[in-house]
Amino acid sequence: MLRSVFHPMRVYLDHNATTPLDPLVADRMAQAMRDVWGNASSIHHFGQQAKAALDQARGAVGALIGADASEIVFTAGGTESDNLAIRGAAEALEPSGRKHLVASAIEHEAVLNTLKALARRGWRVTLIPVDASGVVSIDRAREAITADTALVSVMHANNEIGTIQPIAEIAAVAHERGALFHTDAVQSAGKIPLDVGALGVDMLTIAGHKFYGPKGTGALWMKRGVRLVSPVTGGKQERSRRAGTENVPALVGLGVAAEVARQKMAGEASRLAALRDRLEAGVLAKVSNTERNGAASPRVPNTTNISIDRVEAESLLIGLDLAGIAVSSGSACSSGTLEPSHVLKAMGLPHARTLGSIRFSLGAANTEADIDRVLEALPPIVEKLRSLTTVGGRK
Amino acid sequence: MRIVVAMSGGVDSSVAAALLAEQGHDVIGVSMQLYDNSEATGSGQRAFGTCCTIDDLYDARRVAATIGIPHYIVNFESQFGEHVISNFVREYVHGRTPIPCSHCNSDLKFAELLDRATAYDAEQLATGHYARIERDAAGRYHLHRGADNSKDQTYFLFSLTQEQLSRAAFPVGHLGKQAVRAHAERLKLHVTQKPDSQEICFVPDGNYAAFVERKAPDAARPGTVINNDGRVLGTHAGVHRFTIGQRKGLGLSSSEPLYVLEIKPDSAQVVVGSRDDLGRTSLTASAVNWVSGDAPADWLHVAAQIRHRHAAAPAKVRRTDERRAELEFDTPQTAITPGQAVVFYEGDEVLGGGWID
Repeated sequence: MLRSVFHPMRVYLDHNATTPLDPLVADRMAQAMRDVWGNASSIHHFGQQAKAALDQARGAVGALIGADASEIVFTAGGTESDNLAIRGAAEALEPSGRKHLVASAIEHEAVLNTLKALARRGWRVTLIPVDASGVVSIDRAREAITADTALVSVMHANNEIGTIQPIAEIAAVAHERGALFHTDAVQSAGKIPLDVGALGVDMLTIAGHKFYGPKGTGALWMKRGVRLVSPVTGGKQERSRRAGTENVPALVGLGVAAEVARQKMAGEASRLAALRDRLEAGVLAKVSNTERNGAASPRVPNTTNISIDRVEAESLLIGLDLAGIAVSSGSACSSGTLEPSHVLKAMGLPHARTLGSIRFSLGAANTEADIDRVLEALPPIVEKLRSLTTVGGRK
Repeated sequence: MRIVVAMSGGVDSSVAAALLAEQGHDVIGVSMQLYDNSEATGSGQRAFGTCCTIDDLYDARRVAATIGIPHYIVNFESQFGEHVISNFVREYVHGRTPIPCSHCNSDLKFAELLDRATAYDAEQLATGHYARIERDAAGRYHLHRGADNSKDQTYFLFSLTQEQLSRAAFPVGHLGKQAVRAHAERLKLHVTQKPDSQEICFVPDGNYAAFVERKAPDAARPGTVINNDGRVLGTHAGVHRFTIGQRKGLGLSSSEPLYVLEIKPDSAQVVVGSRDDLGRTSLTASAVNWVSGDAPADWLHVAAQIRHRHAAAPAKVRRTDERRAELEFDTPQTAITPGQAVVFYEGDEVLGGGWID
């Protein structure tokens, strides 16, 4: 075990990377692991018990996003859902002759790298640029989407800066041109109300561990009538859209997390927005040469991304962690590299500003006292790093 | 005391971290990501088992978890490229034979990383080097060879200043390799039997010439191999492919063995001759550091070491200007090589050193 010699009390502000399990989720999963071990495809009692647990979870996930349970495909996470949606739709639409895919420039790697893989196999890919506030422009979307476009994928809320994209408008453009529309809603599901009907999308991705459910769980909502060719072949699970024996206890956890999130959403959203605004205002006031990245609104209520001039994000993250404060730079997936965030780059921020960007993402356990502690700890750490003679404080 | 330990993933720095943690210090493990591993070999394949690969970062992380200390990877790729790799390439192009490890110590570990340690309120930066630091009554720091002379690494640390030494710690410097491995076993570190790294970390296949050519395509400027009389004996594909004293790979047939005596980068000439011609008694050095902070006023009798695996030989040295020195050996030394370090010792103590001109 890691000794907490430095700080027994830690403040976790990285909920866009992942969240802890809700205690009720953990209890219900533990119970299911012991008691619901049957194979959901089996005809007998044990199979029926497992199937019933899956159906209940499917209903809860559907309710979270305003969808019918029958349209929910369970997967092992957001990345798999994105792959299923994009690769599955691409293969299904290949005979149509449409050979063009469109996404926003600020998508998660799960989407961007999937498109890259398809580009290597002959698909044409266009990325829609975003403006300086981190929002996809409808006009640019209109230019990008053509009669040749098979699928458009634009994320609902961005993981790094939290901005909410005009999904309904872009989906309408896609549909005008006869293309399918998918949205990666991993960072909005459980945080703000979602309604697949109002969004007007054809497919939507969610991931359990972003809203206090277990890692390794996710779902792809597919509007009735949408056809995919699943990249995973095997048994007929999930109506042949996702082969492989279901991870029943984990999916039970996903269902419980969806239910809890739906119940708590309204209260949590306004509580977190107030805490986030207090943190953001405090950092901008207490640390010199700082700027918020991305539009203040519309934005998911828990996220703020701030550039701190003349500090390298990596060294600041370590300093904060040693002070017991967990945050991230950009996305967890891009840490370990000093590549500037593709999101901030797409927004046209100067290179120097992208290198010192920190993401704070709040969640259930955070309190005002946590925010105050960050506001107290951050300024001296920044000052120390800025005073270095070498690059830790970047000249 | 809060101490940052530079963890390479090898057994020495792993034991250094573990011993400090065992003594009750607040230890922070830090590994430096120094270059993109996929670029390390020309083939784009990842190299295994050499210093600072992804496997080594994994080893460092696992050791940190075993000890129960926090561990971070800091990305120093741009600094490493600037201070170490570009210097390495430039030196070879100029017909010299560089020691990147020394630059890594003085320009990265005990500069950039030490600065980070300061920012994180750590009083010391520890490494797994086989070297010892002693502080005398006057408060001055002395650098001594590691207790296990066969593992001594002070040759790579000659440029440390009093300020750097005041913040440095070498927790395994008083131990032998066997003792270090015994500690690793006692502390249940999985790297107990990990072999020592041999090659230069960013050239895992050991093919320096190919590396230099990838980084500096202009380096491959063909030239001639000549003897001491200026007679052309053959041709070569670039001076970066040679080092002083080199015998193999000259592409010459000769009745007696021939060695590289001198490299002339401007005319792209490589001068070869017999082993007897390799001996020299004097050299000059640049970027000289005197560990005590004070250069000697007059000729000083020392034991001078001109390669990592060279038995220090009696010599006298004196300062010629602020950062330079001249040195005369009592007896001729074989293959004094520009770009290598000359380090001055008195007994086990490092008095200073510089880069051979």
